[in-house]
Amino acid sequence: MNRLTNLFQHKTADVLNVYFTAGFPALHDTVPILRSLQDAGADLVEIGMPYSDPVADGETIQKSNQQALDNGMTVGKLFEQLQDIRQQGITVPILLMGYLNPVVQYGVERFCQQCQAVGVDGVILPDMPLEVFEREYKALFARHGLQTVFLVTPQTAPARVQQLDAAADGFIYLVAAAGTTGLQTNMNADVDAYLQRIKALGLRNPTLVGFGISDAASFRAASRHTTGAIIGSAFIRLLQSTSAEQRDAAIREFVAGVRPLQVA
Amino acid sequence: MTTETASPYRVDTSGYYGPFGGAYVPEMLYPNVAELRDNYLRLIDEPGFQREFQQLLADYVGRPTPLFLAKRLSAEIGTTVYLKREDLCHTGAHKINNTIGQILVAQRLGKRRIVAETGAGQHGVATATVCALMGLECIVYMGAIDMERQKPNVDRMRMLGAQVVPARSGSQTLKDATNEAMRHWISNPTDTHYIIGSVVGPHPYPDMVARFQSVISAEIISQLLAHTGRATPDYVLACVGGGSNAAGAFYHYLDEPQVRLVAAEAAGQGVDTGHSAATTALGKPGILHGSSTILMQTEDGQVTEPYSISAGLDYPGIGPQHAQLFATGRAEFISITDRQALDAAFQLSRLEGIIPALETAHALACLPLIKAKPDEVVVVCLSGRGDKDLATYTKHLEEYA
Repeated sequence: MNRLTNLFQHKTADVLNVYFTAGFPALHDTVPILRSLQDAGADLVEIGMPYSDPVADGETIQKSNQQALDNGMTVGKLFEQLQDIRQQGITVPILLMGYLNPVVQYGVERFCQQCQAVGVDGVILPDMPLEVFEREYKALFARHGLQTVFLVTPQTAPARVQQLDAAADGFIYLVAAAGTTGLQTNMNADVDAYLQRIKALGLRNPTLVGFGISDAASFRAASRHTTGAIIGSAFIRLLQSTSAEQRDAAIREFVAGVRPLQVA
Repeated sequence: MTTETASPYRVDTSGYYGPFGGAYVPEMLYPNVAELRDNYLRLIDEPGFQREFQQLLADYVGRPTPLFLAKRLSAEIGTTVYLKREDLCHTGAHKINNTIGQILVAQRLGKRRIVAETGAGQHGVATATVCALMGLECIVYMGAIDMERQKPNVDRMRMLGAQVVPARSGSQTLKDATNEAMRHWISNPTDTHYIIGSVVGPHPYPDMVARFQSVISAEIISQLLAHTGRATPDYVLACVGGGSNAAGAFYHYLDEPQVRLVAAEAAGQGVDTGHSAATTALGKPGILHGSSTILMQTEDGQVTEPYSISAGLDYPGIGPQHAQLFATGRAEFISITDRQALDAAFQLSRLEGIIPALETAHALACLPLIKAKPDEVVVVCLSGRGDKDLATYTKHLEEYA
């Protein structure tokens, strides 16, 4: 069974998804960080494939993308790094997140084959249009056991939310407020009303909230009406400010700090 | 103006030009882009819109711009050269045709704030100008490097009341200014309209901008008829960064195969030097700024940094319609080096008393290369004037003494 499906069958609240950029801070940090996150108790992990022009991302993730590219990170290198992780005790569900062009240049079919070979469970490609997905990629992704996550924002019309929910498997990524990643979302009444509105739609997929989630308070507020939340920029900032030796402990502390009530 | 027959060179009902085009935008931009897509044709076709648009083009922009027979240049090249004088538009370039059109669309969609990107600053100035005219707030993103090399335009925008924000990510040029403008639009989804300056971006931008610029070829048809008794030239020449002046100059000739369309790209220091912006020569199909097109990129699909002496051509992609014109062979793409462009700029200045923009000089540099016969008619879209490039030209004055 797909690890994402399995996760959401067993866990329906307080799911924590952590994003980090592949090849950052150093080229070969990808797998050690993945392992630390699993050990710290992250429920799923989103690995960013760095891109030169990430328009949906704020400054923190942009800079991590640029540094990863400067380190020599590529889609091909990422698959090399992820080779055999499933044989080496990595069991956490993994999503690859990135922009469409590097995937298209790598070859979408070859990309899917590699995902399946190394044990990737799903993809988030924010600039892949829904109709292009349905026409060209849906069957291909499904054939390789890849689930597809779509984004929904406070401006997304209810009919389109239903349409995205029908096309998605895995989960629906709820963007907390208008903006790029790393914005300072005030988890106010507006956001709460939006999350309640989505809940009332009775979607078939679980929902995770992202953009502006950085600590226990925002995680709790985001999870109140949803399946859980996603942390990205705040985690990237942690990686930036922590030395390699202290990283493992810092990641444990970070995850425990975000979700203090979690019983491992 | 609309062509109902299915032309392979015009946008189809799904927003594509053959394999190019589409709207590859994150969900955060989907409502804005969909709103525009669902309304732009209806809004543009309204009689009230057309009345206001035509009135402003006439009384504010100064249209129609002249079609000028360049006799001394013609004699030098050995063919018949007409210059479509877009440099005489208010603000000094064709860019204002589009910003007038888009601000009227923005008003009708109830938007109160305008965001734009700019490379050389011409589009930024044209946007700041129409925002002042209509009383809308204006924010222009400009690469930090471009702000230095195009300082007079930065000052013009500020004088017009616009806020100019330096784009400090990536190469700090046009591509990054475009990224920042898109991020701004993502963060302000309800009250802001993004005025893209070229025929790039997600559908419907490439088609909408081309329609607003199509006034260029509409005027060429009637003016050429008056000058020569024929409506179609043998050649139309225009420069292509994103490609908006070319899209306008080609527009009404796309389906007339006897008119040869020539697009000048910036080769920079030379196509093979690693310092170039010649997209069709160096690029391959991919996705950039919301559309499937041809772009300069690494093997891994990372967008590469272009280089050109001309800030307006310093862009790693081209509009999706131009990608289709290239792929089908409908237009011929010629790479012009910095040096060839400078030669052409000084040649036009000395022979005709017209200092062209560096962008435009790339189109002029094609004249000796296309081998037009003496009795053939060549129209060059003189997209902008060269005042903004004086600092660059001054550095080379002695070479042309």
